[in-house]
Amino acid sequence: MRTVVEVTDRVLETPSTVTLRFPYEADSAPGQFVMIWFPGDDELPMSLSYTEGAVKGVTIKAMGVTSRNVQRIGVGDRVGIRGPYGNRFDLAPRRVLVVGGGSGSAVLAPAAELAVAGGSSVTVALGATQAAELLFRRRFEAMGARVEVATDDGSDGAHGFVTAVADRLLAHEPFDAVWTCGPEVMMQKVALAARGPGVPVFCSVERHMKCALGMCDACALGPYHVCVDGPVFPAERLLPLPEFGRSHRDPSGRRMPFGGR
Amino acid sequence: MADLAVRVGALALRNPFLLASGIWGESGESLAGAWDAGAGGVITKSIGSQARAGYPNPTIEMYSHWGMLNAMGLPNPGIDEYPREIEAARTRGATVIGSVFGADAEEFATLAARMAETDIVALELNLSCPHAEGYGTEVGSDPADVQEIVRAVVRKVRLPVIAKLTPNTPDPAALAVAAEKGGAAAVSAINTVRGLAIDANLRRPVLAHGLGGLSGPAIKPIGLACVWQIYDRVSVPVIGIGGISTAEDALEYIMAGARAVEVGTAVTQGGIAIFRQLAEGLSRRLDELGYASVSDAVGAAHPARR
Repeated sequence: MRTVVEVTDRVLETPSTVTLRFPYEADSAPGQFVMIWFPGDDELPMSLSYTEGAVKGVTIKAMGVTSRNVQRIGVGDRVGIRGPYGNRFDLAPRRVLVVGGGSGSAVLAPAAELAVAGGSSVTVALGATQAAELLFRRRFEAMGARVEVATDDGSDGAHGFVTAVADRLLAHEPFDAVWTCGPEVMMQKVALAARGPGVPVFCSVERHMKCALGMCDACALGPYHVCVDGPVFPAERLLPLPEFGRSHRDPSGRRMPFGGR
Repeated sequence: MADLAVRVGALALRNPFLLASGIWGESGESLAGAWDAGAGGVITKSIGSQARAGYPNPTIEMYSHWGMLNAMGLPNPGIDEYPREIEAARTRGATVIGSVFGADAEEFATLAARMAETDIVALELNLSCPHAEGYGTEVGSDPADVQEIVRAVVRKVRLPVIAKLTPNTPDPAALAVAAEKGGAAAVSAINTVRGLAIDANLRRPVLAHGLGGLSGPAIKPIGLACVWQIYDRVSVPVIGIGGISTAEDALEYIMAGARAVEVGTAVTQGGIAIFRQLAEGLSRRLDELGYASVSDAVGAAHPARR
């Protein structure tokens, strides 16, 4: 059930983020993820950042030890792929606000691409720590989306969090849907901001994963399992959960606050 | 309509389908979800003295439809953290059976006593995880060890104690005999069958831990044989486990001697809704065969009962 493939392309997207492309025939859609195995190291859940055609891709930010090791994977190296798993973004809405923070653009970019191709108008609020870390900015621009950026250090766009940009856009422009991925606290803020104008928000959430088959409970989030019930959830299902934006579970299953180590 | 309610010793269950340990058991809400989906009872993850992350991924290898190999490595939040999850499941009315794993009789007894402080109806001892150094099969393969561990736990707690046994030994029924001698109220069999997956292209085992445990349809005949032999040699009730994904599978286990069964891997196929399907299917089959209750069919395939 795992397919071992060779990495055919490696792109350094930002100083901390790398895209790996590999041949993988399975049908997939924006929002879905694969379990990608780096032999000798870990197997991680990764949203597909390239979902169309025979060559898929994942875009990985250096966070933990494994994702740092992964950055050393190069063209010709072999990885194991299983999936795709999980649900997908509904691409029907006509006016979409995309809110991406950190590596969240990895799953949002392919969704935006297909939406634009299908005739939707897409506005992107893109946030990062600094200008160089704005993931897929050019990709969003090239597909014909309007892009507004925010950086923590003010090196590009608005100085501060991308949530302020999203708030402003939501207050002044009509949207049919918001798609967001990034730090959970950011998604929570976006979800709350969209309540006023009543725009439905869809969040791609992340939890520690092991089986990806809805069995092991590692990715339990309230009554849901992120691997099979998600990873894309309507915000109204997430907002009532005490964990959303506040805690996740470590590999042992202990509840850990976000930001706490 | 055949009566699905069963008694496993002193333990009363609304139906014989228990959520197996390790499945959906890390969070109380998931346990409650399995209960709401129709499980007759839910068994927690195996809980140890300390939080344990388990092995790195890959932790599972899924085969097309006949089985799954896993080496999770007993991940659990530890006995200090876990009671809140049981509480969450109890709040929603679930019948909860606690599972614990220890390295020796003393650790089992200590964990059992802690678990018994929570609102559980029974305790299952994991004497059979096939891939954790120092635990499971390593302390549950020798009948003398099994008897000693069960006895130590039974002395410590008043709850019914279920010994979950390994098939990875020449005479699994001897372990059941030992568990009964130690005072177990029931035995459950089988845990997973030791197995290995190799990726030939990469020339290495697939699972990070190397060895794992096979579950799913492939192991049903092994589980049936164990239950069959155990039924002949002990008088305590037997809980059947291994490859149960249809009502017919469950009925076969019941006729081999099981009073209840545990369901795990099948949840990856039909989702948690499988519990309702199993209960409905079993009720229908019991009706067809003229049994008024699950109890009437227990051991029905044994020559003495035919």
